[in-house]
Amino acid sequence: MIKGKVWKFGNDVDTDQIIPSQYLLLPTVEEMKQYTFEPLDKDFASTICTGDVIVGGENFGSGSSREQAPLVLKALGVSAVVAKSFARIFFRNAINIGLPVIICKEVYDDVQNQDTLEIDVQRGSIRSVKSGETFTSTTLPAHVMNILEAGGLIGFLNQK
Amino acid sequence: MGMTIGEKILARASGKDVVKPGEIITAKVDLCMSNDGTTHLNIDIFENQLKAEKVYNPEKVVFIVDHNVPSESAKTAEVHKKMRIFAQKHQIPFYEGTGVCHQIMIEDFVVPGQLIIAADSHTCSYGGLGAFGTGVGCTDFTSVMNTGEIWLMVPETLKFIIEGKFKPGVYARDLILKIIGDIGANGANYKIMEFGGPAVKAFTIDDRVVLCNMAVEAGAKSGLVAPDETTIEYVTSKGRQDMHLFTSDEDAVYEKIYYYNLDELEPMIAIPHCVDDVVPIKEISEVKINQGFIGSCNNGRIEELRAAAKILQGNKIDPYVKLLISPASKAVYLQALSEGLIDIFVESGAMVLNPNCSVCWGSCQGVIGEGEVLLSTGTRNFKGRAGHPNSSIYLASAATVAASALTGKITDPRGAVQ
Repeated sequence: MIKGKVWKFGNDVDTDQIIPSQYLLLPTVEEMKQYTFEPLDKDFASTICTGDVIVGGENFGSGSSREQAPLVLKALGVSAVVAKSFARIFFRNAINIGLPVIICKEVYDDVQNQDTLEIDVQRGSIRSVKSGETFTSTTLPAHVMNILEAGGLIGFLNQK
Repeated sequence: MGMTIGEKILARASGKDVVKPGEIITAKVDLCMSNDGTTHLNIDIFENQLKAEKVYNPEKVVFIVDHNVPSESAKTAEVHKKMRIFAQKHQIPFYEGTGVCHQIMIEDFVVPGQLIIAADSHTCSYGGLGAFGTGVGCTDFTSVMNTGEIWLMVPETLKFIIEGKFKPGVYARDLILKIIGDIGANGANYKIMEFGGPAVKAFTIDDRVVLCNMAVEAGAKSGLVAPDETTIEYVTSKGRQDMHLFTSDEDAVYEKIYYYNLDELEPMIAIPHCVDDVVPIKEISEVKINQGFIGSCNNGRIEELRAAAKILQGNKIDPYVKLLISPASKAVYLQALSEGLIDIFVESGAMVLNPNCSVCWGSCQGVIGEGEVLLSTGTRNFKGRAGHPNSSIYLASAATVAASALTGKITDPRGAVQ
């Protein structure tokens, strides 16, 4: 079970907004993570807390294949990203690094910044602590769930 | 029930007779490519997490340094050095400063029917030659570099039937902007965009690559054009013979079919900050520009340079506007030189850059300042992608950029080509 505070964003949050290109060639993700969401919110990296949840609208993570985008979120302690829909490569990259990505259209309108969500990835349910509402999210295919549960693709391959 | 081109390629790659949308397959990869946007992380994962020792087949792996070329900082130089050392150690083909990765792959490697995985979202470009290319991140790429295999879900296919003929001043770039504007930035999410119809049959390879390259901007997993005589002629002219010439069956199942007629198409433009915010140029009010850019994996090929040169020849760009032009590869650059296009560009006042991702990627050359406006043939107009977070990017064809650089404001190129 994931429990975290909400950071809410709009539609079409692209990978250039999550981590701008000028920081991608920094040697490590640790050095990159301080620039997360810099074009949208300069204070994001310094104020987000471990366990917090990102809530996005349609097409979250559109654009580049840069895995640095989910990597910086994970490095900052983001526990899950819940969005109305995800761009394909971001979704796959997040699974590959063990960052839960959850598709749920209904929760978006219910929650505000700083609300708390409880998420059961395996069962596909999300509960808003403030409103008490429970929402159903899409569950992942078994193969994909196995990768996520192994902490990502590398963990999954090393298990084999 | 028949299959689409994309399904046939995935069936071949996974050793199956038939695959269906939604099915998860394990596929053997024909080629994998990585550029300097992420390779330093790929190498870290390969050596430190996978603890792998060998790439699965050095002949099927390609490293291309194209994003920050030449390096603009010592840190970038270290990334390039790391790539070079790894490539040399594993005997991987290595390119540096010879052009944008996708153009190099098309010129030197891609054949119809291949499955190609690369650590760059615009890998879908290879559909212009009838190959299934798709972009992945570091972990997927590194796994492929190690094993030669990848798991994939077979996507649904959207078909785009194109008829008619481009009018003067209207190009493949306008067509794909129009399509993305119509279906939206996630209109093809997780799907294949298959382009066909009589107009596409008459398209050049450059035109086909322009269409497939931008498929990812509608969220697609891949873009595809059926290989035909034009494709075979191009590929064999590069000395490559072995190919799988798949075309879609007549009874192939598409999720949706769209129809477009080029006779009705006019110059289009994507306005800030979404690629799907597309309007005909004539519908926007006067927009002054500070910089133009012609290049990138979408529009830096010889045909686009010719279209721009035709407009710029004998004219001077606006004195308060910069025009940056980066040919997509060394081969394109040399061709442009031999045709006198570079002379035209320089005489018009443009700056000609070395072949690389350049302005489109926003981290190397030609970044813009606060409040500035860039008109670009690049692939994306995301907020801040070209420099300052409070700057604006418009996307259009090379002809539109050239015509606009002359006037200093966004200009319909039809007046300049007729």
